[in-house]
Amino acid sequence: MEHGSFQDPSQATFSVTDEDHTLANSLRFILNQDPRVTFCGYSIPHPADARVNIRVQTTGDVAGEVLKDSCQDLMLVCQHVRSTFDQAVMEFKNKEGLKSMNIRQ
Amino acid sequence: MVSESEESLSENEESKAIREPKTPKIPVWDLPDVPKGKLPPHIQLQRTRVFCTSDAPTHTENIQYSGAYASMGVDNSLRLEEFRNNFRVDVIKLSEDDMEFDMIGIDAAIANAFRRILISELPTMAIEKVFMANNTSVVQDEVLAHRLGLIPLKVDPRLFNYMSENDEPNEKNTIVFKLHVRCEKGSSRIKVKSNELKWLPNGSEFILSTEKATSDSTSKPKTYTSFNCSQESLPEFSNDPIAPKHDDIIIAKLGAGQEIELEAHAVKGMGKTHAKWSPVATAWYRMLPEVVLLQEIKGEKAEELVKKCPVNVFDIEDIGRGRKRATVAQPRSCTLCRECIRGDDWDKLVALRRVRDHFIFTIESTGALPPEVLFTEAVKILEDKCERVITELS
Repeated sequence: MEHGSFQDPSQATFSVTDEDHTLANSLRFILNQDPRVTFCGYSIPHPADARVNIRVQTTGDVAGEVLKDSCQDLMLVCQHVRSTFDQAVMEFKNKEGLKSMNIRQ
Repeated sequence: MVSESEESLSENEESKAIREPKTPKIPVWDLPDVPKGKLPPHIQLQRTRVFCTSDAPTHTENIQYSGAYASMGVDNSLRLEEFRNNFRVDVIKLSEDDMEFDMIGIDAAIANAFRRILISELPTMAIEKVFMANNTSVVQDEVLAHRLGLIPLKVDPRLFNYMSENDEPNEKNTIVFKLHVRCEKGSSRIKVKSNELKWLPNGSEFILSTEKATSDSTSKPKTYTSFNCSQESLPEFSNDPIAPKHDDIIIAKLGAGQEIELEAHAVKGMGKTHAKWSPVATAWYRMLPEVVLLQEIKGEKAEELVKKCPVNVFDIEDIGRGRKRATVAQPRSCTLCRECIRGDDWDKLVALRRVRDHFIFTIESTGALPPEVLFTEAVKILEDKCERVITELS
């Protein structure tokens, strides 16, 4: 859900349900590293509600689009982490496999 | 008056003349330029390290804003290309249940997201409903049910669906276990262990109380579950029967003449509902400790330093002719107890820091899934969260 003004699309607050610090803090990190963003922060209005408010203010771009790009960036980061991790685990398993074979000899 | 002021003036000039060679006056336009495109070393250090000083850690906050170093011509924005080149994973230890790996070149915000997902948002199967037929043990029903819930089950949760409130328990969302133990009269006390939990692949054997009136009908009596087929006939379980991960968890102790008869239904859930659904015993990370000797520490001082450290981070190196020098042998085992920088001026000799983007990540699985699978699943969940926000925005 987006709360923004019609006159100025460059600043808006996004209220995301069923999310917490896990997503909001990662998104804040990615958003803050975007040069188009002048301000970004998030808050959890009440600890009993599963909801975060993410505030995005930009230098002129539409805030929603910038947030979408950040989500895209975070996904790419995750994909890279996953592939790197899988590769590292595979290499480790291969190495360990060879080691255990040497022990048996 | 005049002469006095003249005197003081001349005195001033004299003192100036003495001081001048020490602090030469340089016009601001003659000062050397701050190097552009590169941070001065002390700021670079603050950006990449957390300092552990003797009273408190300093420079703990991450500088995230893209324009934070704009005045020095340094771009702090996220470059995916740069991230891809710098990100590294080194597996240190990997066994059936635990794993330790180094994750280098990522921000704490994202590393923490993975940790949080591992603990509270990865689904597993756990016993949720317990049907007590008989319990004459000293353990109360609700305590017994709680103990059963905490038993880790060795089953892949990805093969099951969540059960929502109006769902009938079926073979795709419920696992049924039976427990029936009796301690015969006159025998000594027995322990009821988790291996007594017997998997019922055909579902519940308890007949619904409402069925009793029509029990003479020829059709199969209705039980507490409605399985369409036996779980044993499913290819994923035929070779790998479902059971608790450990056989030797004590559930209760029975005295002579006591008996427990119950049926336990396990469903899929997440750690944020109840910790019994958490797939990890613990998942944590710590930043890589960095121990730096600011000056050369020799002789007795070196011996003292080695003795100060309770985890043997330091070692002594022989530099010929019986002279000794302290070295940092195992910075990884440093717990940052700060014992080595306690006391007179030790903090001028040793610096304790943490590398901000180097995480030593440890995952201890409870046994449902191997730890490396848990981590990849956690990353996938973060991806799904992003995708959800994207679809909600468009």
